[in-house]
Amino acid sequence: MHLYNLTLSRPSAITCAVVGSFSAPKVHEIVAARGQTLELLRPDEAGRVQVVHSTQVFGVIRSLTPFRFPGSQQDYVVCGSDSGRIVILQYSKEKNCFAKVHQETFGKSGCRRIVPGEYVAVDPKGRACMIAAVEKSKFVYVLNRDNEARLTISSPLEAHKGSTLCYGITGLDMGFDNPVFAAIELDYAEADQDPTGEAASEAQKHLTLYELDLGLNHVVRKSSEPVDNGANMLIPVPGAGDGPGGVLVCAENFLLYRNEGHPEVRAVIPRRTSLSGERGVLITAACQMKIKTGFFIFVQSEYGDLYRVSLDYEGEQVKEVKVKYFDTIPPCTSLCLSRKGFLFAAAEFGDHALYQLASVGDDDEEAVEASSATLMQTEEGYAPVFFDPRPLRNLEPLDKLESLAPILDMKVANLANEEIPQIYAACGRGPRSSLRVLRPGLAVTEMAVSPLPGNPTAVWTIKKSAADEYDAYIIVSFSNATLVLSIGETVEEVNDSGFNGNVPTLQTQLLSDDSMLQVYPAGLRHIRPDRRINEWRAPGRKTIVKAATNERQVAIALSGGEVIYFELNPQGMLVESEKREMGGDVACVDVAPVPEGRQRCRFLAVGMFDGTVRVLSLDPDSTLKVLATQAVGATPESVLLLDSPSAGKEGTDEGAGAGALFLQVGLVNGVLLRTEVDRVTGQLSDTRTRFLGTRPPKLFAAAVRGERSMLALSSRPWLGYSDQGKFNLAPMSYEALDYAAGFCSEQVPEGFVAVARNTLRVLTLERVGEFFNQQALRLRYTPRKFVIHPDHKVLVIAEADHAAVPLAQREDLQQQQQPPAAMDTDAPAQQQDGIAGPEADEEAAAREEQWGTPKGEPGQWASCVRIVDPVALQTTHCIELGENEAALSVCLVAFESQPEMGTLLAVGTAQGLKFYPKEVQNGHVRIYRFLEEGRRIELVHSTAVEGVPGAMAAFKGRLLVGVDANLRLYDMGKKRLLRKAEHRKLPTRVATLHVAGSRIYAGDGQESMHFLRYKKADNQFYEFADDIVPRHITAALHLDYDTMAGADRFGNVFVSRLPPEISAQVEDDPTGGKYAAQTGIMGGAPNKLTTINNFHVGETVMALQRAVLQPGGRELIVYGTINGAIGVLYPFTSREDCDFFQHLEMHMRQEHPPLLGRDHLAYRSFYFPVKDVVDGDLCEQFPQLPADKARGVAEELDRTPGEVLKKLEDIRNRII
Amino acid sequence: MATLSDRFNINAQLEHLQSKYVGTGHPDINRFEWNLNIKRDTYASFIGHHSLTAYHAIAENESTGRIKYNFLQNMLLPCGLPPEKEDEA
Repeated sequence: MHLYNLTLSRPSAITCAVVGSFSAPKVHEIVAARGQTLELLRPDEAGRVQVVHSTQVFGVIRSLTPFRFPGSQQDYVVCGSDSGRIVILQYSKEKNCFAKVHQETFGKSGCRRIVPGEYVAVDPKGRACMIAAVEKSKFVYVLNRDNEARLTISSPLEAHKGSTLCYGITGLDMGFDNPVFAAIELDYAEADQDPTGEAASEAQKHLTLYELDLGLNHVVRKSSEPVDNGANMLIPVPGAGDGPGGVLVCAENFLLYRNEGHPEVRAVIPRRTSLSGERGVLITAACQMKIKTGFFIFVQSEYGDLYRVSLDYEGEQVKEVKVKYFDTIPPCTSLCLSRKGFLFAAAEFGDHALYQLASVGDDDEEAVEASSATLMQTEEGYAPVFFDPRPLRNLEPLDKLESLAPILDMKVANLANEEIPQIYAACGRGPRSSLRVLRPGLAVTEMAVSPLPGNPTAVWTIKKSAADEYDAYIIVSFSNATLVLSIGETVEEVNDSGFNGNVPTLQTQLLSDDSMLQVYPAGLRHIRPDRRINEWRAPGRKTIVKAATNERQVAIALSGGEVIYFELNPQGMLVESEKREMGGDVACVDVAPVPEGRQRCRFLAVGMFDGTVRVLSLDPDSTLKVLATQAVGATPESVLLLDSPSAGKEGTDEGAGAGALFLQVGLVNGVLLRTEVDRVTGQLSDTRTRFLGTRPPKLFAAAVRGERSMLALSSRPWLGYSDQGKFNLAPMSYEALDYAAGFCSEQVPEGFVAVARNTLRVLTLERVGEFFNQQALRLRYTPRKFVIHPDHKVLVIAEADHAAVPLAQREDLQQQQQPPAAMDTDAPAQQQDGIAGPEADEEAAAREEQWGTPKGEPGQWASCVRIVDPVALQTTHCIELGENEAALSVCLVAFESQPEMGTLLAVGTAQGLKFYPKEVQNGHVRIYRFLEEGRRIELVHSTAVEGVPGAMAAFKGRLLVGVDANLRLYDMGKKRLLRKAEHRKLPTRVATLHVAGSRIYAGDGQESMHFLRYKKADNQFYEFADDIVPRHITAALHLDYDTMAGADRFGNVFVSRLPPEISAQVEDDPTGGKYAAQTGIMGGAPNKLTTINNFHVGETVMALQRAVLQPGGRELIVYGTINGAIGVLYPFTSREDCDFFQHLEMHMRQEHPPLLGRDHLAYRSFYFPVKDVVDGDLCEQFPQLPADKARGVAEELDRTPGEVLKKLEDIRNRII
Repeated sequence: MATLSDRFNINAQLEHLQSKYVGTGHPDINRFEWNLNIKRDTYASFIGHHSLTAYHAIAENESTGRIKYNFLQNMLLPCGLPPEKEDEA
């Protein structure tokens, strides 16, 4: 089996982000690393974050830092990755991508202990950068400019120190003195040697300064001073005139100001009143901004509280450090503060947000402030300062970037009875958890829906003048009349527009001299700007059936197959210039808009009822001459001429598609054809097809992100638009529409007006470019696993949070909830259902999302089991578990011994689970029965087991439970489950369980897959096969009787198979595998699985599912990762395809090495050599190759670049 | 100054590796030292791969920053105190 890996939705978690001006001077942009994807984000004027560019780098991006030269206004980015190389990137605005400026190798690849990459720091003046590892190694590179102002980089200067751990580094602001880097270091050499533990307990962290002597080109360890042992992060303080210089050391509970030859100034970090005394406060993110009058430093604690740090200084003497509570937002991996006062918060889990800084908190008298001046030292240490988090005061939320991270479980099912199945993903952590329903397609927002008298046939929008920004009229045509609506504050009917309201309309157009045109069956009505009206009547008994117009040109098709062409002359008159018999009835016509700076569009596209599409010339010397004809196999319903993305823009190395004109044809059989039109000759070539739906696609042009794009209305609407230089056809998540037009008004700057049956709708698109649109249901705790009840079509979700306080014990909630509960009549009913948790109440949920929930003790758990109606996306029942039980696994089971019970729900819970070391008081398997068609559940009984029931499965009418490393078979009893059989030999713990026939496929927490067989006669399990490599299984998927797909914690996906001859042997074995199982050596099973496929995805895959994502499509494997990415593994259907993509991948590896210098093959073979999986993500970068390289690669494959692109498009279309 | 033969001497090579790559073993390595290197390498890998940090952060319900910090702290003494040295006779 050969698989094709394709990421459908890139990781949505942000691992680090930096702010700067990357594409041009004075723009405020963010470079964000999302696992293996590097992105450029730009908050626009309206405060919405737009993704400008996104690229896969096939490597782990670990650290980013921006830098610029003095006097320069643009930033470079230094990337620390797992490639063992330092890479400096520059964003190239012309090419709209990141360009590698420098790449210097210094070590081995991989995220190793002593290979730098984990930390990067730059000198604030951009003269040097330091790249450091977790242990020992640090390199300093000198950065400079050559005569042509190009960036140069020196050879590395070593600043290693053996057996030393590094917690953080930063570049100090030294002005134009020698650059100095500070590091928090901890020496472990003595602790390793001292058996008494004295050295370990005395181990002291040091703040070490490394000075780069630019004159000598040498790094010296300038000083190393002891620092607080809780130190974890460094924040440079502006110096050299802008501030006192030096560094802020973030330590657990403290902020310390340090500088050379300066006494330490210490301030405590205010802590939440609710925080238990044993917990520290650790700063995990910081940002700063320099302004003319000073600087701001904001830091964020691990609980999400933001503090503003201000220094009181005179010259270089810092007198006081003040830490003031600022606001609380969810904990972030990175904070990016731009000069416009935008704060981009890259949340570690859940949605990212953009805030506007409303104030810097100067006038906030109430906020708690801790100062070094008022630091109190008591016998138990320094006196803490307390505060209570409050609603946002200084920040205003502007925008939200949806994030799926982390996906903890995912299922694909068609529960809503739609054309294609939905993806149900359990996402998030703690109070920010949610169940999200994903549908491929663009999210559509309905701005207005208004009923119309009768069923309209068509709709247009029209401006009053070409210079206008907004549309003035909406024109709706019915079968016998036309309605004109004016767009203003409200939309209302008008009669003074000049349009004839008593006839149906075929087409309307604003002409370039600001006159308006109405095409109706009997003729043309030309409304001049001064309201004079010219009419042209169709000759004889003929009527106009179709019309196509642009600012200067009008083409009409009469019944009987005659096409008449008009042009607007300089006097503002429409003049008939040519007519032509087409020799058959015309089905549709289209003409593209007049290209900028030209007199006319050169081509007219005509679709004929005889199943052909023709391209006619509109040149004056050959008007209406047929240039090309294509037989399309069915009657074309609609045609549209569309420029390819970025046509006419300079500097795009787009490859073959650049500047081409495409003819889109919607056929009555629901297929969309896309054919390239030669701009000079009008010849048609390179046709691509795509099935859109059961209704003939009607095609319309509309502006999306300022570019002319295509709306295709079939049984669902589609949008064809350009996304980062590629034509992208994406379904819209909306019901079928009949007719549509672009729409632009003050309230809706970019949208569509559409008719569906008898309603007029105004729609806009959210986040064009996102692959999935989402609907979310808030959950109370981190979802662990869920199952779908196939008959009742409900989801059962097990949620559990460690170190969290269960709802019943939440004092803060009880106080708040008392008063409203009494007033609200629904409350008792909700309370009884148990769904009245904080997640059910908007206000409480928002508060919890912002602040988080109170922290509990280690080993304390809060957990619940929830029933969700997936169609209404509502919780119908939720049972909160008490007694420190944590629901970790769920499964449905029907017991053969008690058929009257029907399908029951089994929930595996662990009681008092603790980590480091892992211990558990008890486990339970709770059996629930479904009531009210699955809307509620009721406990039948609970059975204690002595370990964690990590996985369960229904097996031959009984329940199979993996309790720690044991496998047990239970049958239903009256008061509890009855143990029937047990197998005790699995290596660590059962992570997944699947069954087929009498075979059991158990995934072990550390030792990969195990195949077992149950022999009824002996009532025993026999392990007959296992894997040869250790894998820490996180997800598994049963593919067939001998084959399992699985994923491990390190980001690998694999498919393992039992060789067929062994499989047959096991089946034929009269002893049922008993004999075979005894012959294994070294405690392993006698037979071994063979690996069929192996692939490193790059991030932990948490869920694997088989699914068909397209009507009539092939089955494929869908995976969801902890960073919120969703991808597929598609099995190749033909040897030819497989060969082609293997070769394409090979050439791409050569011609287009990954951006951060990681070898692609090595990356995909991170833990195990990649086997029979082609990386579609790399292949899809083919359009990014420069034209000559693209041609070269295509030639090697015996194809043209266009054909390669077509292949890529084809395979994508087959997947989704 | 090392001669050519020295450079190709297996011991010299090993010494070179040991000084360059922390964690390279030697003939007298004991169980503790072996373990020490494995644990430190593991923690470093957990810190370096964001998805592994996230994996732990979800299990423990702590912030990723805290998890990374804890891992770094654990690298000081990852497998408890070293055993008493046996006196070489």
